[in-house]
Amino acid sequence: MLGTSVLRTPNKGAVLLEARGITKLYDANGDHVVVLDNVSLELCDGEVVALLGPSGSGKSTLLRIIAGLVAPSRGEVRVHGEVLRGVNPLVGMVFQSFALFPWLTVLENVELGLLRKDLPKNERRARALTALEMVGLGGFEHAYPRELSGGMKQRVGFARALVAEPELLLLDEPFSSLDVLTAENLRRDLLDLWLTGRIPTRAIVLVTHNIDEAVYLADRLIIFSANPGRIRAELPGLPLAQRLQKSQATHDMVDLLYRLLTDPQEDVQRLIPQARVVQAPAHPSYQVLPCVGVGELTGFVERIAQGGGYEDVFELARELQLTADQLLPLIEATRLLGLCAIVEGDVLLTDTGKAFVKADVRKRKEHFRKLVWEHVDLIREIVHLLQDTPDLRQTEDELLKRLEVHYRSAEARRQLATAIEWGRYAELFAYDEQERLLYLDQEHDVSNLEDSQQFNA
Amino acid sequence: MWMGRMWPVAAERQLVQRVRWFWWADLLVLLLLGVVTTGLAVVGAHWLAPRQSAVSISLSLSSLPLYTLYSFSRMLLAYLLSLSFAIVYGRLAASGPTLEHILIPILDVLQGIPILSFLPGVVLALVALFPHRNLGAELAAIVLIFTSQSWNLAFSLYQSMVTIPNELREAAEILQLSRWQRFTRLELPFAMVPLLWNSIMSWAGGWFFLMAAEQFTLGERTFLLPGLGAYLSVAANKGNFSALTAGLITLVILIIALDHMVWRPLVAWADRFKVEEVAGTPRESRVGFAWLRRSFILLGLHHALERSFVEPVDRWLDRAFGFPRVASFPKQEQVPARGRWFWVVSILASAVILLALIVQNAAGLALARIPISAWERIVRAAGLSLLRVMLTVSFGALWTVPVGAAIGFNRRLAGMVQPWVQTLASIPATALFPAIVLVLLRLPGGLQVAGILLMALGTHWYILFNVIAGVRAIPNDLSEVVAITRLTGWQRWRLLTLPAVFPYLVTGLITAAGGAWNATIVAEYVTFRGQVYDAGGLGALIARSAETGDYRTLIAATMVMATIVVGLNRALWRRLYRFATERYRLEK
Repeated sequence: MLGTSVLRTPNKGAVLLEARGITKLYDANGDHVVVLDNVSLELCDGEVVALLGPSGSGKSTLLRIIAGLVAPSRGEVRVHGEVLRGVNPLVGMVFQSFALFPWLTVLENVELGLLRKDLPKNERRARALTALEMVGLGGFEHAYPRELSGGMKQRVGFARALVAEPELLLLDEPFSSLDVLTAENLRRDLLDLWLTGRIPTRAIVLVTHNIDEAVYLADRLIIFSANPGRIRAELPGLPLAQRLQKSQATHDMVDLLYRLLTDPQEDVQRLIPQARVVQAPAHPSYQVLPCVGVGELTGFVERIAQGGGYEDVFELARELQLTADQLLPLIEATRLLGLCAIVEGDVLLTDTGKAFVKADVRKRKEHFRKLVWEHVDLIREIVHLLQDTPDLRQTEDELLKRLEVHYRSAEARRQLATAIEWGRYAELFAYDEQERLLYLDQEHDVSNLEDSQQFNA
Repeated sequence: MWMGRMWPVAAERQLVQRVRWFWWADLLVLLLLGVVTTGLAVVGAHWLAPRQSAVSISLSLSSLPLYTLYSFSRMLLAYLLSLSFAIVYGRLAASGPTLEHILIPILDVLQGIPILSFLPGVVLALVALFPHRNLGAELAAIVLIFTSQSWNLAFSLYQSMVTIPNELREAAEILQLSRWQRFTRLELPFAMVPLLWNSIMSWAGGWFFLMAAEQFTLGERTFLLPGLGAYLSVAANKGNFSALTAGLITLVILIIALDHMVWRPLVAWADRFKVEEVAGTPRESRVGFAWLRRSFILLGLHHALERSFVEPVDRWLDRAFGFPRVASFPKQEQVPARGRWFWVVSILASAVILLALIVQNAAGLALARIPISAWERIVRAAGLSLLRVMLTVSFGALWTVPVGAAIGFNRRLAGMVQPWVQTLASIPATALFPAIVLVLLRLPGGLQVAGILLMALGTHWYILFNVIAGVRAIPNDLSEVVAITRLTGWQRWRLLTLPAVFPYLVTGLITAAGGAWNATIVAEYVTFRGQVYDAGGLGALIARSAETGDYRTLIAATMVMATIVVGLNRALWRRLYRFATERYRLEK
């Protein structure tokens, strides 16, 4: 068990790595999309830092910049004062999908971590075996990755990252493709290795969507905001003893972080006084669509209605077994459409939401059509654009090109896919998948909606 | 049991491995080593022997083993050459957009050029290089087989290189693998499974053109290389049926033995190179070479070789090609790492460009001197061949769909028929040509009809296999829906079978069409018992002009054929394929 021989105390030591003024632009058709906006971060000896934030906030990109896999567009990374060029030689990395080489045995996979050092073969083998013993996989050295369960695979991932004794361990959502219990078990073992000082690693950076995980592991939490990625706040983690016991304080902290993340405009300092505000979140000049399916969205609203019209966000995540990155878009989508509101960390069904739930399937569709038309800029723009073209049609690629002014191409694709799903369901336009074409015909008369909008205004 | 006992072995790690030792395994290994050494000696002696002006092929049964050995060694060397070429070419094509834009279109065109079009250049050059030894003609045959084997291998390697998952790439970078390590630990293993399947295709292609590569005429000179291909064509020419049958049986036995002892164990072994993460232990092959692991000699040899050869070579190559250990940002840095690799690439590239310039000038000069009437002839021939290819392919679609559906839907029938169909399909159609020609040339229509039949024989298997696979892939629930809604007859065909099979059918048709174009050169032009049968068409034109040494017509006809094949691929097949996969793909 833990706690008996804790050698490491979370005292901040010397600065190991410093990222200063990092901006990352992605180039799409000559337009720059800002993924990270002037972000700075220091990593010190002896700390576990969690990077937490909604998707699209650039935390994974920042991790890759620290690793030297991606070059920043502006700003620099300094390792022990030296500017980093190329892959960071002092890091080990663990990937979400494990990234094991399926044709190599477990042992050979771990040995990969030592190939860069010109060691004699026996030495290499011995060290790899030691690393495998350490992560609890002794006896599996000659198995192939496909013979192992997900949790065991990720243990190999850890052994491979740790075998070269990196100064800095980078974790890119390492537990997110594991089931709940396995993830819990692996997190505990990682913390054990770290706290007892059995690994010479001097700092750990963890990218995660899972708030519980971040609170459990981290000595310091960095909260990101999206579009473009900025560091919204930085706060110290809970004392170790509270984290290990999963006390009420842990619970409260998770709850607070959920509230913070569900509302990008929430005042950080009012909510968490010990937090330090770093950068103000951007007010995007354009509306970002949460990428949620219509079915999910309806199910979510129905679930809130069943609970009496309001529900604590944190409890909801527990009950539906959703991580923050799955739950937040749902909340955002229902807020965007005016079906729900967020009050003091609770999701609240609005009157519109109540009417929506009560309606039958056909009526619901009418509601949805009206709400989408009123609230979703992108879909309204698409309809107007279609009306303005002589043959009432546009190719998907043309629309993508317009979206790529604001988004990286993958995100632009997601935005358009969501808009198409909502717009098709709302019968505001039609879509031909074969030709990748959006078009209007007689059924898509929006004149009554246009009137109501003017009336509302 | 008589198989021996367990022996402890200290192997590759501090743990002690227990190996079940079979004495007969060692005996077999010794025998095998003996056979291989003798084979090498025999083949080597033949190669270095002085060239004889007239080689006669003996039709006696006792000469068959030697001929088989000669043919097999040619195939093996050609395949090794193809593989090395494919690895270098595929890797270069995947190494950057500039090279990609140059190398991939070149490969596209090369795929459309039939084997006989390479004949004059290859033979003249290599025979001139070794005028007094067999070596020249032997090398020419090998290079000819190479031209029918290597392009799809190179394509497959390139395809694999550019589809390596991003996280595996990143892992290799974070682990700071050198380029050599990255190539041997990541890129090549990732490419292994498609490379293996394409190797099987390549061997089939090689057997198909073996006869053309072992017996060819170039102007005044006729080259006849001792081998199975030559044996078959001489037997057919002399009308010696018993020799023809014996040669065919030998060839089929060789092909089936290779399939069972090499390809199937290799495919089973290569299972571990599949990236998709499926649970379950890798299937160990129970056939073929599993017993090899029971041999002490081989085990010792394996460990000695690994320690004293593989590892030092790996280290040495790592130092030679491994730079730069501290990688710079791969995509964003402007300054390229100018290591040895850079020079290799630039020298190779300039060599290719120089060669292309020379060839283009020569070809341009030659083309300029072709009279209009000759062009007319070429275009008419092209039309004829196009018609034949399309007829062959549509004829194939017509009969394979019902037959394939019948086989595919009936599991018991499939179990019984499939091994036979596979065996039949593995016989290279060209080997059967003489026998078929013997019969068909007497029928009305002559080679006009026989030609199409010959092309069908070489290509319809691809369609049939694909259709059966398509029917087998129909999900059970869809079949159940059709059964519950009581759809029968034509409705069942229209609503279930045809749409489900369509993408597979298209894949089969594409392969078949490519094969049919290549087969025109042997199907439209047949020399038999000293008499020439010419069905007209582009393939016949190429075969005739290669034989008579009319290089201008050869170049022109080849260019026309390559243009048609590449054009059809772009304009018809690719679109059809995209349409089929987007519209009719059954999602899992």
